[in-house]
Amino acid sequence: MAAVEIKIDHLARLAAMQLREDERPGALRDLKRIIEMVDRMRAVDVEGVSPLAHPLDAAVRLRPDEVTETVDREHYQGCAPVAADGASAGAGGRAVRDGLYIVPRAVE
Amino acid sequence: MSGHPGWEAVIGLEIHVQLATRSKIFSAAANRFGEPPNTLACPVDLGLPGVLPVPNEAPVGMAVRFGLAIDAEIRPKSHFERKNYFYPDLPKGYQISQFERPVVGAGRLQVRLDDGEAIEVGIVRAHLEEDAGKSIHDAYEGATGIDLNRAGTPLLEVVTGPDMHTPEQASACFRQLHSLVRYLGICDGDLSQGSMRCDVNVSVRPAGQEKLGERAEVKNLNSFRFVEKAAHFEIDRQIDRLQRGLPVARETRLYDSVKDETRPMRGKEQSNDYRYFPDPDLPPLALGEAFIESVRSTMPELPWDRRRRFLEEYGLGGITVGSRVGLMDGASLVGKELGKADRTISIPGDDRIDKTIVEYDADRLTRDPDIAAYFEEVVDAVRRAKRAVEDGGDQDGREATARQAKLAANWILGELTRHLNQEGLDFAKCKLPAAALGALIVRIEDQTISGKTAKILFDALWEGAAVGADGRPAAGGLADALKLVDGMIEARGLRQLSDSGELKALVAEVVAAHPQQAEQFRAGRHKVLGFFVGQVMRASGGKANPQQMQALLRDALAQGETAA
Amino acid sequence: MAAGLVRREWSSVELTEAALKRIARLDRSLNCFITLDADKALADARRADQALAMDRATPLTGIPLAHKDIFCIEGWRTTCASRMLADFVAPYTATAVARLQEAGTVTLGKLNMDEFAMGSSTETSFFGHTANPWALDRTPGGSSGGSAACVAAGLTAAATGTDTGGSIRQPAAFCGVTGLKPTYGRVSRYGMIAFASSLDQAGVLAGSVEDAALVLACMAGLDPSDATSSEHRDPWLEAVPRAGVGTLADGPLTVGLAKEFFKAIVAGGERIDEVRRTLERLGFRCLDLSLPHIAAAMPAYYVIAGAEASTNLSRYDGVRFGHRCAAPQSLADLYERSRGEGFGAEVKRRILTGTYALSAGYFDAYYLRAQKIRRLIAQDFAEAFKQADLLLAPTAPGTAFRRGQLTDDPVAMYQQDACTIPVNLAGLPALSLPCGLADGLPVGAQLIANHFDEERLLKTGAALQQATDWHERRPNLGWAEAA
Repeated sequence: MAAVEIKIDHLARLAAMQLREDERPGALRDLKRIIEMVDRMRAVDVEGVSPLAHPLDAAVRLRPDEVTETVDREHYQGCAPVAADGASAGAGGRAVRDGLYIVPRAVE
Repeated sequence: MSGHPGWEAVIGLEIHVQLATRSKIFSAAANRFGEPPNTLACPVDLGLPGVLPVPNEAPVGMAVRFGLAIDAEIRPKSHFERKNYFYPDLPKGYQISQFERPVVGAGRLQVRLDDGEAIEVGIVRAHLEEDAGKSIHDAYEGATGIDLNRAGTPLLEVVTGPDMHTPEQASACFRQLHSLVRYLGICDGDLSQGSMRCDVNVSVRPAGQEKLGERAEVKNLNSFRFVEKAAHFEIDRQIDRLQRGLPVARETRLYDSVKDETRPMRGKEQSNDYRYFPDPDLPPLALGEAFIESVRSTMPELPWDRRRRFLEEYGLGGITVGSRVGLMDGASLVGKELGKADRTISIPGDDRIDKTIVEYDADRLTRDPDIAAYFEEVVDAVRRAKRAVEDGGDQDGREATARQAKLAANWILGELTRHLNQEGLDFAKCKLPAAALGALIVRIEDQTISGKTAKILFDALWEGAAVGADGRPAAGGLADALKLVDGMIEARGLRQLSDSGELKALVAEVVAAHPQQAEQFRAGRHKVLGFFVGQVMRASGGKANPQQMQALLRDALAQGETAA
Repeated sequence: MAAGLVRREWSSVELTEAALKRIARLDRSLNCFITLDADKALADARRADQALAMDRATPLTGIPLAHKDIFCIEGWRTTCASRMLADFVAPYTATAVARLQEAGTVTLGKLNMDEFAMGSSTETSFFGHTANPWALDRTPGGSSGGSAACVAAGLTAAATGTDTGGSIRQPAAFCGVTGLKPTYGRVSRYGMIAFASSLDQAGVLAGSVEDAALVLACMAGLDPSDATSSEHRDPWLEAVPRAGVGTLADGPLTVGLAKEFFKAIVAGGERIDEVRRTLERLGFRCLDLSLPHIAAAMPAYYVIAGAEASTNLSRYDGVRFGHRCAAPQSLADLYERSRGEGFGAEVKRRILTGTYALSAGYFDAYYLRAQKIRRLIAQDFAEAFKQADLLLAPTAPGTAFRRGQLTDDPVAMYQQDACTIPVNLAGLPALSLPCGLADGLPVGAQLIANHFDEERLLKTGAALQQATDWHERRPNLGWAEAA
């Protein structure tokens, strides 16, 4: 079995998730172990087998085209994150202003 | 290709069609524009912890409708998949889309170009997906605001083959798809609201080379003209680079309509590893024969079928129409979006061109289902009015219908379109009742008024319709419309001078006043007749019936000859 | 308990107060509850007492329950045991809990678990570990460890749990209670915070099969808000609140024992043998058989669960809810630090594993291959159910392990689920039943049934519990007096 090659920084970037310097080596070591364990799958002959994505081989149920949700924005924005910085905080310290969720400038 | 001999451009489109459903594709929140931010974003649209998508049946039916219209394979089993990337207007961190197995497979589309030619464009696939929300970048210093009202709007993404080779073909294809989705009733087609957004893939290669060049994708174009302009710019840019020995980068670009240029898109700087996989919240979408048949049985008339029917039923063309005024104006005034073609077609007396105009009329009339419906209403009004007068005796029915239809087409594509454009209105919002235009055409046809005075009357009708004395569009019914038009003709003294007595006197007066020119005519310089036509027309205040006037003038001038 | 309520031997308020008192005494040592709200609970109890007084009660009216902190309950902090959601107050209620609340149950609080249900020991919780009432230095299993310990310590008669790879059954086994993982699709997942959507299933941990069935009957059924919730109707289950689980009628059943499951056993094997003998005594036919592909279940599971989890957890980005880092300098910074700070080590491992398995160049070798193995495993079970009506297996390879014993080796921890994972991959219903002790610690026996055959599963479980007193063994809570 070929040694597992893991670009952990690339994976962390894809997952938009910071790994601190002190957690990176441990994360890499654990991930290697997991991937080695997972590589045991290679022993199984899957020739001609179709993948099974859902445990019940059923078709999706469709919903009639009706509007049944009414939105109370203040209610749902009541759980908006608290912005610890002043820049993006609106009323109540939440990262919401004028009904918009606020994030650092996303440049187009 | 023109402008760049020795080079060939290859263009493909990806078009996002917002489907006109009541609720969103995976949630039961309303699918609407123009509400305050985040007031249409329910827990599913917000991607709150624990929520689940439940697919709406309407977008599925609409996708099938589209697929049937382009003769595509409808997949009995398709999958919803997750497309993973992070962006603040994408609440779940993934977009539910279709990748490996879209609901609509390969089909084809006949695209009519403005020069009357048609090309076939392959549709590679059409798949369902959810729209993202909106990022508002300019409202706050250093911050972006996120409105998720649009998140979860159903989209049908239509992908064409790389089958177009000129910017004009690309915009015509976009236009054809726009027309189609409106006929199908699956999209409101409001480009200004982003109801259809077009990505244009452009590459160039030396003519004769098989291998495709590296392509650039210009994203998010929302008008036919921008598609054309962006493609023009890209073709020029890419050929220029290659000629200078520089490579063309595979990249995503944005079109700046102010500067009329494209430039590379920044932001969203992550790699394109979208990690598609079947959405575990959504088992496969299975479409039975019965479902597909039920959609098939409710298919509306398609634009190309209506076009063919118009050509057959109204025989537009092959018929000489008295007044060309409307036609000529129509040809030069229609549409904001028209390219060069419209300026080359209104040459009177050219048979070949005449035929083009016929197809051209049908194209223009059937492109927008609202125009097509309006046209049929006008023609129907005229027919009913004539039938009432002529006691049902429709002697040369086909020819009359064609003549009336041609007049209707000219007025609709000319004056009416011009007025709508001036006020920035769609046909759907046309305030002038079809019956009123029908009544006007009836009075042109029976020579009560001339084409020229008809335009004055049309303006008056338009204003009246716009103002609406009782707040409602005037003259909704045919009888009312005729009464209204006749009343206006009388009140304004616009009745055409066709009764021989009055016109004859006027002609005699003019001939007598210009003995020198009369002499020239008699000497064989028949061109001078035009001078007399102008004089009589001026003297009549534009009300002289041109045909009768010409006959009378010839008579009067000839009489003078005899007298001499 | 329910009978006592109906007979007015005690009121719901009295029951609730007693539970709160017991929690106050024991939970300092156990740490079952992440959130406890006496005021809300007593308000529920008073409402229940009114319903009882007006004879508008269901069999569950007035019964205090506690819910795994993975279920959103409107107005309740819902944390998933993560720093990410430490302050998240849910604005809506999960369908399964809503049905229990509508039936008049009292919500005492929210129970501890492994962070985002990822773990087998309830040690990965941001809110500290839960102790096993049988031995405080041992884990209660996981991820529904708070639920299992809660029921084992008699804090509530039943608690909800969720099971993605064994998260109901393994802690039930470790704590000596009955744990039921229903057929995939039986209970709505709406409002249950997703770990791995094609594997997650809500269920219940209780003192007995009868109690578990009663709670399931209330939670189960089609939910329009969950496209994977099944339309399957089950008249037997609907009748459980009136008629109880009932007894098997249609002749002796065949119970299959797959040799592959028994290879995993490290402790308690003799207890499973005892279950087999008991079943045979009760007239069941036992049959040895094989599920040839289940050795590959664990790797396939960690790929599938990781893949699904990696994207299910993308929504935690610090924008609309949940933890947001201080003073983000850019959009990327907001994401990376909010997620880096909000998720614990095990969650990060799973996200990285899943991202790896789905990423370009690896998809076929990992994700796709795992789904093919999943098909093979589902086929193995389908074959087995041609020969047997039910399967018997150990729930876990051994008994409750010591806290910290496996934390340094994720793969060794994953082995805990070797006997439960194949069931989730196939979407089957399964039950973990206490079957006696080994070295003073509970051992769990797992019964597995075919899709939607909860009837024979639970009737068999009930028959075993009628014939034995294993499920009545309770831990010695002497430590509480010592504390």
